[in-house]
Amino acid sequence: MAGELELSRRGVLMVGGASAALATVSPAEAQTPPPDTAPTQMAVSFEINGADRTLELDTRTTLLDALREHLNLTGTKKGCDHGQCGACTVIVDGQRINSCLSLAVMHEGAKVTTIEGLGTPDDLHPMQAAFIKHDGYQCGYCTPGQICSAVAVLDEIRQGLPSHVSASLTDRPRATNEEMRERMSGNICRCGAYSNIAEAMAEVAGARA
Amino acid sequence: MKFDQPAGQNAIDQLKVVGKPIDRIDGPLKTTGQALYAYERHDVQARPAYGYILGSTIAKGRIRRLRTDRARSAPGVLAVVTAENAGTVGKGNFNTAKLLGGPEIQHYHQAVAVVVAETFEQARSAAQLVEVDYVKAKGAFDLAEAKAGAGDPKGGPEQSSTGDFAGAFASAPVTLDETYSTPDQSHAMMEPHATLASWEGDKLTLWTSNQMIAWSKGDIARTFGIPPENVRLDSPYIGGGFGGKLFIRSDAVMAALASKASGRPVKVALQRPLVINNTTHRPATIQRIRIGAARDGRITAIGHESWNGDLEGGSTEVATQQTKLLYAGANRMTSQKLAVLDLPEGNAMRAPGEAPGLMALEIAMDEMAEKLNMDPVEFRVLNDTQVDPEKPERPFSTRQFVACLRTGAERFGWSRRNPTPASVRDGRWLIGLGMAAGFRNNIVMKSGARVRLDGQGVVTVETDMTDIGTGTYTIIAQTAAETLGIPVERVVVKLGDSDFPAAAGSGGQWGANSSTAGVYAACMKLREQIVQTLGYPADASFTGGRVRAGRRNVTLASLASNGPLVAEDFIEFGNLGEKFQQSTFAGHFVEVAVDSFTGETRIRRMLAVCAAGRILNPKTARSQVIGAMTMGVGGALMEELAVDTRHGFFVNHDLAGYEVPVHADIPHQDVIFLDEVDDKSSPMKAKGIGELGLCGVGAAVANAVYNATGVRIRDYPLTLDKYLDRLPAIA
Repeated sequence: MAGELELSRRGVLMVGGASAALATVSPAEAQTPPPDTAPTQMAVSFEINGADRTLELDTRTTLLDALREHLNLTGTKKGCDHGQCGACTVIVDGQRINSCLSLAVMHEGAKVTTIEGLGTPDDLHPMQAAFIKHDGYQCGYCTPGQICSAVAVLDEIRQGLPSHVSASLTDRPRATNEEMRERMSGNICRCGAYSNIAEAMAEVAGARA
Repeated sequence: MKFDQPAGQNAIDQLKVVGKPIDRIDGPLKTTGQALYAYERHDVQARPAYGYILGSTIAKGRIRRLRTDRARSAPGVLAVVTAENAGTVGKGNFNTAKLLGGPEIQHYHQAVAVVVAETFEQARSAAQLVEVDYVKAKGAFDLAEAKAGAGDPKGGPEQSSTGDFAGAFASAPVTLDETYSTPDQSHAMMEPHATLASWEGDKLTLWTSNQMIAWSKGDIARTFGIPPENVRLDSPYIGGGFGGKLFIRSDAVMAALASKASGRPVKVALQRPLVINNTTHRPATIQRIRIGAARDGRITAIGHESWNGDLEGGSTEVATQQTKLLYAGANRMTSQKLAVLDLPEGNAMRAPGEAPGLMALEIAMDEMAEKLNMDPVEFRVLNDTQVDPEKPERPFSTRQFVACLRTGAERFGWSRRNPTPASVRDGRWLIGLGMAAGFRNNIVMKSGARVRLDGQGVVTVETDMTDIGTGTYTIIAQTAAETLGIPVERVVVKLGDSDFPAAAGSGGQWGANSSTAGVYAACMKLREQIVQTLGYPADASFTGGRVRAGRRNVTLASLASNGPLVAEDFIEFGNLGEKFQQSTFAGHFVEVAVDSFTGETRIRRMLAVCAAGRILNPKTARSQVIGAMTMGVGGALMEELAVDTRHGFFVNHDLAGYEVPVHADIPHQDVIFLDEVDDKSSPMKAKGIGELGLCGVGAAVANAVYNATGVRIRDYPLTLDKYLDRLPAIA
């Protein structure tokens, strides 16, 4: 019994892990009708970095690809497209989300802030300036997501939202190193700038406190 | 400029700009999302088509039948390219496996097709309609099983022998003979491999993400059988590489084929779940280490053997490399053996050789110190050598290994370490301190650059050198500013375009020293031109944006008022690297806390003390080191590609399954650079740092876990399943 269970679990892992396995001819797929009809298009209007935008999109388009491929807002990065890395983090109606896990058409009427909306090279957001000062990045690819997350994290702490490491669910959390590291852990930086990002965030948090 | 004598006093020694911790000049673009990476080049191609790669679902065998008609008739599809219709696709010199598979399949997720469509969603959807019928062949996927049949790599035996190792080891009063293992690891850089390709006639342009532009231009030409002059690569921003983007990969080849077939510019990014099995990885190793010492701790015999696997025609992971040079000892041996495995291609990942080699060797040194009842720092200090132990006539150019260890011990509070394992507690936590040596050779590579002075006094540097997060833009600007006597704000740096002079590229921690030396050479050539034109004496000075000789002086801007002045040169290296062993050194110190109930390990403190020649920019160099320390923590505690030995692939092939350190795993990290200039390395007197920071970290963590728990683990990563049942009794 245990052996059967083991095999079955592995089988699931095989299929789940190897997406291209779907491309082999399988009985299940042979029954799938070919998608010979045009993709479903839908209009969506939202406010991106303060500007009203309306797009006519294939409904399969993620918010991430709407930003990157349809609005040329390529500051938001695609690192995994599966909600595993955080590079695509944007702020939607005040909350940070992984834009790769969200279809664009779900955001009718939403207010979206991307890295481009936080600041520009000539007019940096304080978090962007702190990242530069503390060298909180190297290759730069996770950086927009880190910065969007960092801005939102300080906001979450200010609003009193507890985290996994908060000692109490009711006391106001403080912007400690441990709190910030916990809350930033959905944003992977393979270059390993974490120690510097924590210092950049501490500076911005301290300036606001 | 040929560098074949130790550098004398030169313009870099002024240290007005070089050596200063200035902010990255590319920082404002990167932090605001304005830096354009390969898949984002809407500045050069407004409406590219989209390619989506299909990977093989078998590890070895062949394609019996491949049907693309359903995919071709799907909405928006422009073309489907497979080995059947791609024309002749060869293989680059730097690739082991072909980048387009079929009919023969060499590894799991080898690309077998690219579907091109008007949109990403259409291409992705249609790729699922390609029907592939495979014939599986039996493959070898298990290193432990294949080890017995391992042999010499294609270039012949990789081994060394000095004195009488066997005799000395047999007669040594204190000995260690242990076997260690390191797993397959993935670079897991944040930007997946990506390329935008466009043909104009027979000329191909690839806007891509690549560490080594000149190598890859050559390999693209070789792959398609076209002249190199018909190939252009452009790679100004690279979202991490760590060795995974040293070579062309399937994104580049498939984008080029897709563009040819569709007649459109096409962009292709490897979908994340494809990256790990489609591209290269650091191969797993099995390492046997034998050390013999006298009772006073002096090493008399040291032997290191390593086994790894790779595809037919692949190469060894030279894990024994540092053991030839790090410690003294008259009787020595090393040996590398290679087994043929049908897993995806093994290749370079940050500090190939030394990274896994030191993970093993530096645990062995910790074990040996304990057998000798010596402090691990003192044991290493006692066995320092100032010459190449295999060739004592070769001194090290600089070697501050002992100073790294002593400084680190003092700054970290090493004297407070209790040498008895599992004896320090902090509430529920078992506390341990560990240390390890860091060592990585300094490699130098020919590197070119072009500099252009314009009428505004701005100097533009052009070189195909790359910045993979290493700080190249900034240190090149600092080098040009220092050499020409202008502020760094007056320097524009353009990188990564194969139309620029070929540079060292980013690999093997040779980039910073070699590429800035090339820029220095070009700037010195410009200075010569200027001085000659003006008729100034050769020792005219370049300061404050002016050329000065006695009471005469002119602004640089005025010299270019009738048109820019251009100079191009390269640095090439003589045999100083043969006369002197050039290496970089570190001492790594780590404090861990292991949960006495659950076995969970947390890093509490980390310190690296590095001696690596002149530090060109302490801010960006420090970032290289803390990033490497972070990767070292990953290697010690979590990173492992799980091999499915039945089907021959890495199971955990995405960023959820392949765990790397996150913010919560990494505390504040300290880095100390020892003062050092190495006049044998280049006119910059610098060496590499980006790989040194990783070398030894894993063992320092492992040794700290041993000190905390008393459980010695020799198989990485140190996941708690390997020691939970052996943790000390809970008091």
